[in-house]
Amino acid sequence: MWVAVGILTTMGLVLGGLLGVAARFLAVKEDPLEEELKALLPGSQCGQCGYVGCSQYAAALAKGEAPITLCPPGGKDVIEALAKKLGVTVDLSEHEEAVPQHAFIIEDLCIGCTRCIRECSTDSILGANKLMHTIIMETCHGCAKCVSVCPTEAIMMVRTPVTLNNWHWPKPEAQNNPAVPQPAHAH
Amino acid sequence: MKLYPILGGIHPEYRKDLTSEKAIVAMPLPAALYIPLRQHIGAPAEAMVKAGDRVKKGQLIARSQGEISAPQHAATSGIIQSVAEIPAPHPSGLPQLTIIIEPDGKDEWADLPEPIADPFSVDAHTIHDRVAQAGIVGMGGAAFPSAVKLNLGTQKKLDTLLLNGAECEPYLTCDDRVMREHADEVIDGARIMAHALGVKRIIVGIEQNKPQAIEIMTRAAAPFGIEIAAVPVQYPMGSERHLVQALTGLETPARKLTADLGIVVHNVATARAVHHAVRFGRPLLTRVVTVSGKAVREPNNVEVAIGTQISDLIEFCGGFSARPESVVNGGPMMGQPIPHLGAPVVKGTSGILALTAEEINNRPTEPCIRCGSCITVCPCGLSPVDMSAVIRKDSLEVAAKLGVMDCFSCGSCSYVCPSHIPLVHYFNYAKGMLNVIATENRKNDRIKSLAEARVIRLDKAAEAKKAALAAKKPAVAATGDASAATTTPAEGKTEA
Repeated sequence: MWVAVGILTTMGLVLGGLLGVAARFLAVKEDPLEEELKALLPGSQCGQCGYVGCSQYAAALAKGEAPITLCPPGGKDVIEALAKKLGVTVDLSEHEEAVPQHAFIIEDLCIGCTRCIRECSTDSILGANKLMHTIIMETCHGCAKCVSVCPTEAIMMVRTPVTLNNWHWPKPEAQNNPAVPQPAHAH
Repeated sequence: MKLYPILGGIHPEYRKDLTSEKAIVAMPLPAALYIPLRQHIGAPAEAMVKAGDRVKKGQLIARSQGEISAPQHAATSGIIQSVAEIPAPHPSGLPQLTIIIEPDGKDEWADLPEPIADPFSVDAHTIHDRVAQAGIVGMGGAAFPSAVKLNLGTQKKLDTLLLNGAECEPYLTCDDRVMREHADEVIDGARIMAHALGVKRIIVGIEQNKPQAIEIMTRAAAPFGIEIAAVPVQYPMGSERHLVQALTGLETPARKLTADLGIVVHNVATARAVHHAVRFGRPLLTRVVTVSGKAVREPNNVEVAIGTQISDLIEFCGGFSARPESVVNGGPMMGQPIPHLGAPVVKGTSGILALTAEEINNRPTEPCIRCGSCITVCPCGLSPVDMSAVIRKDSLEVAAKLGVMDCFSCGSCSYVCPSHIPLVHYFNYAKGMLNVIATENRKNDRIKSLAEARVIRLDKAAEAKKAALAAKKPAVAATGDASAATTTPAEGKTEA
């Protein structure tokens, strides 16, 4: 019996020691969760969450320092994905889905200062010094960072219009469906 | 000819007798024609005329842009009033760019391309070009540019051209009338298309509820060895995948084309348009439209100039006899309601139906009773009850896994549902949303890569500046700073 106890104790000590050494020398410096969270975020570095960019927000999320509802470009989908990954529940009933927007430059007011160009994280503003600027709509993700730096208030956010290309049928209304309980304010 | 069964399907009341015995009548030109720049699947055409221009009948007024596109032609001679946004013949009623022509009443032809006297001696390319020039698109309703489909022979191994004359939608009789009155033109068009595709075998699929059309087409087809197949009356037999399955027993895999099975399907009216384009050089300027429904005073089959407003067409058919509950573009099963009667008839308009409340039979939705009828009738082998349940909860990914993208919105499930659940509406919604999400994901990927590229570029620029500064250090540090400050503003965009 003592032999068995001895073997097990030795094994425990040796393996424990190995684990201790491994923890010290083979430690993963970055939190793997951080990377995974970063992949879920839009990655456009717009900074609307209040952090410098998506990786910083992901780091704060991984540490549990930031709420998961801070990413406006990501919208509801990103919040849900983050909640699932972090295993937290979130109340989305108050969440208002942001309507798709893009920036628009009022050409008469643009003085060609290039400040917005430097601000844009996706290079979606075209222009040069003392020449009028314009927005490349296809790649503008509506972060509105350019709006606040414009010295002449020449930039505004406009709703992306619904056209024949992006229109689709709305969800059938639950209102004429007695199977679905009606909210009190339904008309 | 041996026929194979197809899955599911329904037998709605056909109500084709409203117009099936009415010969095609030509409608006189209206006061104005509205020709949208996009009447087809693909990129819109680009307008080549401006307000005040004088155009002749058949003149090219908008050229096609890109691989999948079609040009537009003036359907009569006259003056261009404007190129403006007017409501599209689309359920959203959203505007689209449209060329408005005021006819001068002379109906004067422009110089047309030379007729091809012997189309069977020219190569496939010539016929393909002619069909593309003529602006011909699929006239069964989908409006896919026909020339693109005629080119499939170069990419895939084809053996059969299948002409679709099934016309399985209730009410519609325009293809029936075209086959009965212009069988020779349809057959000639089919032979030309088969030549362009490089296939030997031609089959025309016609539902058995059109015995006269079958008889006349059989007679017209006899000298050329073209097979006429009388297919069972079963909605949605006119769906190209199902027609192919009924005639060959082969099922087209999801997200593949019938051309992958070696079969190209064209509508009979498209074949007639090809005949006109090749033999006479005439572009697609008119089409036969069934105007029907119990709210129309004189239902009829009308040959109408493309660009005629729907309100003018209904006026030509005696106007409304009762208040229509809905005006539908296409058949009652798959057609789409049109909110604006000012919208024009386009190349893909097969029918204009003014339906009364009694015909539509809209009833309140009741809870699902789990009868499974929708599963029985689904011609695609899907489970509508499950899909609608998850779509109601907005679990679109789950719906996609259940195959909602393979649904082609035939509406059989909604038709049989004893609880009147708008099943197909859920699927239309889900398909639209999934497309929007896919587009958004593509955009986000692009934005991500742009943002990453910018970070790399800025890092490089900063490093270069540092290196330059270090090199200049032995000289005067102050000038280095000044020059750095002046170069910064230009950094933003110049290389992008």
